[in-house]
Amino acid sequence: MNDIIKGKWIGKPLDRVDGPLKVSGAATYAAEHDIDAAIGFIVEATIAKGTIASIETANAEAAKGVIAVLTYENAPKMAPWGDGADDRFEQSHGVLVDGTIRHYGQPVALVIAETLEQARHAASLVAVTYDEQAPALGVDRADSELAEGLDGGFEPTNRRGDFDRAWAESDLTVDLNYTTPHMIPAAMEPHSAIAEWDGERLTVRNSLQVIASGVACLANTFGIDEENIRVLSPYIGGGFGSKLGQHYDTILAAAGAKKLNRPVKVVQTRRNLFHAGPHRARIEQRIRLGATRDGTLKAVNFETWSTQAIGYFYTEGPMASAASAYRCDALHWTGKTRQANETLNDSMRAPGEALGGVTFEAAIDELAEKVGMDPLEFRLKNEPTEDPASGKPFATRDLVECMKRGADEFGWADRPKEPRSRREGRKLIGYGMASAIRGNMMQEGSCRIDLSAGGHLTVKMDMTDIGTGTYTILTQIAAEALGLHPDDITVDLADSDNPATAGSGGSFGAGTSGSALWNACIALREKLARAGGFNIDPDEIDFDEGTMQAGDRAVALADVLKDSDGFSAEGSIKPGEEHEDYVQNSYGAHFCEVAVDMDSCEIEVRRFVSVFSAGRILNRKTAHSQCLGGLVWGIGGAIREELWMDERTGGYVNRDLAEYHVAVNRDVPKCDIIFLENPDPKSNPIGTKGIGELALCGAGGAVVNAIYNATGKRVYDLPVTLDKLL
Amino acid sequence: MTSLTINGKAVELEVDPRTTLLDALREHLKLTGSKKGCDHGQCGACTVLLDGERVNSCLVLFAGCDGQDVTTIEGLKDGDELGAMQRAFVSHDAFQCGYCTPGQICSAVATLKEVERGDASAVTADDGDIHLTRLEVQERMSGNICRCGAYNNIVDAVMETGGAALQTEAAE
Repeated sequence: MNDIIKGKWIGKPLDRVDGPLKVSGAATYAAEHDIDAAIGFIVEATIAKGTIASIETANAEAAKGVIAVLTYENAPKMAPWGDGADDRFEQSHGVLVDGTIRHYGQPVALVIAETLEQARHAASLVAVTYDEQAPALGVDRADSELAEGLDGGFEPTNRRGDFDRAWAESDLTVDLNYTTPHMIPAAMEPHSAIAEWDGERLTVRNSLQVIASGVACLANTFGIDEENIRVLSPYIGGGFGSKLGQHYDTILAAAGAKKLNRPVKVVQTRRNLFHAGPHRARIEQRIRLGATRDGTLKAVNFETWSTQAIGYFYTEGPMASAASAYRCDALHWTGKTRQANETLNDSMRAPGEALGGVTFEAAIDELAEKVGMDPLEFRLKNEPTEDPASGKPFATRDLVECMKRGADEFGWADRPKEPRSRREGRKLIGYGMASAIRGNMMQEGSCRIDLSAGGHLTVKMDMTDIGTGTYTILTQIAAEALGLHPDDITVDLADSDNPATAGSGGSFGAGTSGSALWNACIALREKLARAGGFNIDPDEIDFDEGTMQAGDRAVALADVLKDSDGFSAEGSIKPGEEHEDYVQNSYGAHFCEVAVDMDSCEIEVRRFVSVFSAGRILNRKTAHSQCLGGLVWGIGGAIREELWMDERTGGYVNRDLAEYHVAVNRDVPKCDIIFLENPDPKSNPIGTKGIGELALCGAGGAVVNAIYNATGKRVYDLPVTLDKLL
Repeated sequence: MTSLTINGKAVELEVDPRTTLLDALREHLKLTGSKKGCDHGQCGACTVLLDGERVNSCLVLFAGCDGQDVTTIEGLKDGDELGAMQRAFVSHDAFQCGYCTPGQICSAVATLKEVERGDASAVTADDGDIHLTRLEVQERMSGNICRCGAYNNIVDAVMETGGAALQTEAAE
């Protein structure tokens, strides 16, 4: 266990260090860098599959202010989509390479003009005809194959135990078919980029969660060396998975800038992003569960069918929610998919568990009811001692503690249990609960720190802050380790010239970058200790308020620094054996109250109590906000969000924020969020676990279970909108 | 030529007549604090105060603002210091990525004014008494989407700022 962390800065609810910039409009997002750039506007394909028969650009080129119209006939050379790497974030994202259309909304031209108004108008003058082919769209179980792998590192199949036997031995079973819809991350900042070339050197300012793989993508796309590419994303207006990789904004801005030898800015419109941005696939799910009369879970079988974009190998696995949840004799799953002419199906916040946390937790609720047990009691009874999917030990396990604490805070035992048994006027009131489990991942990362002779520390890495609070928690980690005040620390992120990290994604950002920084600080402590004349283990020296102290001896850092050139150190981290030998998860439990109008079936989420265990909490304020955001997503996913595909064209019909409903302020009650702060030494040197996605996992499950409890009606086709309750 | 006041300063600018107030601010006047989230008046990220009333600046043509007074997030500072609502947003962590935040703050400032002068909302009781309740704030702030989900904290920040303003008034 880490003894150096005393909690002077780590854990404190420090205000965000970038807060003043963000609330005054002074934080510079991707499209806002003061660069004199021409403006590019995307022309979208209006078919899902086929080839361009003709593309007429003369009218657009003749329009006022237009500088160039890029099409596959004149665009700078790019490698075909998918070339260069197996990793989907590193592979070529070449566009305008040839006349082939893989999905509706694919860019077929970029109109570049002096102003946005000119570019937008001229884009409407580009005329395209197509040789259309019948697209593959939507889930087709018969045409599906086993996925290459499932997101989160899960195999596409799991065959632990004898399912047929466990199923046969079950007294009570459920066999349920769910569908979860296409969804879109819809980060508030649209995908935006400004690109400029200086000879062979490309500089891109964009909105990107992972810098290093984004550099590799540009290298593969344009056939240039990574050394000649610089990517900067200092402020990112939300990501939620949609900015893990480079997308059309960046590729087209770079192509346009190369063509013009002048900076080009491309901001994808919100409507364009619904088709030419990543989103979550629609998934059909079959869940079979069996238990004995005493409530012992025997059999779990979780099958899914989804789709992949052409040449983009990504499959989400909702069965992740079953992997570590409950003890059973047999746990089987199968994830199937097929390549379809859909827009990029990709990661969206808490891939896997965001969906399984609804469907699997609803199925467990239904089985518990069949057995005649309280759903909380059923979960407690089936608490596993080893990971059900793999048989490996858990690094830590405090799901039961989360559930019991949440039940107490919520008053779960006192609720009316019978469905449709509580009314307030014309409102039906219901209560639901679900567990939260999310895999705790670690990645590789490195960091450099420089302490100046004047005592100011600069932290450098290519890590990003997508709103999670990275700037702030890294400041706190360095302050804690080195005994500096946060005002004396500058965190410099999201620049590909800095040491590489895995960026922000999969809730691994804080643990990975924080540990790399921690290790750099440990190395710096040793250098400072030696320079200060200490010959003892640096871990025994207390670094606090600019002083190193051990026993009676105290040395001011200023005295060590004043005649020096400053001190620097590097640190790195990679997942160790403890991420191989143990199953690592963050845990939580949700309790929810809803009111459903008996006449209109309007659903109101009235109360949420959630308890989370995510290791050491680095900042209680920003951690609370992360979890709050997860609950909002859980509510939106359960009752609001759904993209409708027109399966004739492959386009989405509700492609804007008026028709695609995310949760708004009035959808969200005052939420009660509680942390069990149990540092996990097996996770990483600072004892943290992933927190950015945890709260979303199971939150929707608690909502739909509460809706059932209120109305007596189970809905299997998500989201649970009021029309399905009428 | 359009002549107007932006954050207390006289501005004269001639732009393409198709230019929205939002694009004029962001692309021509280097006031990038106002954000473009949807460009359709659906998300609220571009909210500014036009003659003191909140508007989606993506739905307003710049050329139509002649003679009007615009306040953006950059104009809500109190000299070199953050304004009261801005400070409350920081202390309550009423944002994460920060992209919707300027619009939320402009909307919040207008919300307090609307409540104070007695504008009814969809949740105002029929007897007409309007108070700064959580429900009133939630309803009035629902035109500003926050995808990071900071809604609880946004309501806290607005409530606190509203309460503080009322106390100051009572003391005078």
